[in-house]
Amino acid sequence: MKKIIQISLAAFGLLLITGNTVTAKEDIASLRGTTDLSGPSLKAVKQKVISQEGGFERSYKQQPPMVPHKVDKYKITLKNNGCMKCHSKKNYKKEKSPMVGESHFLSRDGKKLQKVSSRRYFCDQCHAIQIDAKPLVKNEFDGLK
Amino acid sequence: MTSGQKKGTFSVLIIGIILGIILWGSFNWAMAITNTEEFCISCHEMRDTPFEELQDTIHYTNRTGVRATCPDCHVPKEWIHKVVRKIQASRELYHHFITGDIDTPEKYEAKRLHLAQNVWRTMKNTDSRECRNCHDIESMDFERQETRSADRHEEAIDKGYTCIDCHKGIAHALPEGYDPGEDAPGGGNEG
Repeated sequence: MKKIIQISLAAFGLLLITGNTVTAKEDIASLRGTTDLSGPSLKAVKQKVISQEGGFERSYKQQPPMVPHKVDKYKITLKNNGCMKCHSKKNYKKEKSPMVGESHFLSRDGKKLQKVSSRRYFCDQCHAIQIDAKPLVKNEFDGLK
Repeated sequence: MTSGQKKGTFSVLIIGIILGIILWGSFNWAMAITNTEEFCISCHEMRDTPFEELQDTIHYTNRTGVRATCPDCHVPKEWIHKVVRKIQASRELYHHFITGDIDTPEKYEAKRLHLAQNVWRTMKNTDSRECRNCHDIESMDFERQETRSADRHEEAIDKGYTCIDCHKGIAHALPEGYDPGEDAPGGGNEG
């Protein structure tokens, strides 16, 4: 008898929990929307990369500058860094492009290096191309003016 | 001239013409066959590395579907230059069949800088002749180019740069030991 009560209690508890999660699921609106989880995801919207002469305004002082041009033809591999074609110390004036920041030549101990530090080698980890996309979530972010 | 002699001259002439057609035809045929991409990538050295890399680039995949094949860039179009290149190619056959210098990806990688420099030197010497078979700087509308491209192309005309001076590594990966940041046409910042 005791066992039956225990089991039915447990079953009731389980029902409560699962019942709750079901209602919770309906409340959450994910960015994925109502797209079925097992189905294929929506096709990515085609967006053109913005080319902007003079670059983009920064939102705050230490923001890594955003890339104001297409980068699909440049490759960064362990052997070469295609961005350096224009942004290296040697070429930037000729190419009329901004030079790699001085901070990129420091080792983690603050020692000055001859070449771009390996910590800063992969440009696109911080510097991103921009597309004219609408924000997924409404927000009131305003850069530091 | 007796009729026998006449007959002799005539048959020699006929045989000569037929032989000429066969020889010239097969020569042209061989030239055409060896000038196809299928022929180039029938060797694994070409198929596994340079051809593989080409497929990621704009010369293989692009908006309009016009593409370049190996010989478009690496074999001259004009007859005399083409024949010279074909004779030089015997060296490539030698290395493929006898030395096996680049028959593994590792060996290829070790030789890549050397191989790339050979091609760059040739293109520099011919004023990028093979590029210009399709890309004619006279026909470029700088108004329709991005500002930075247009500026640099105008500068290239003024200073007499050739395509390969700037456009290295556009169809195949750049070799280890070549630093794009140290290479600029006319050399660095003095320009």
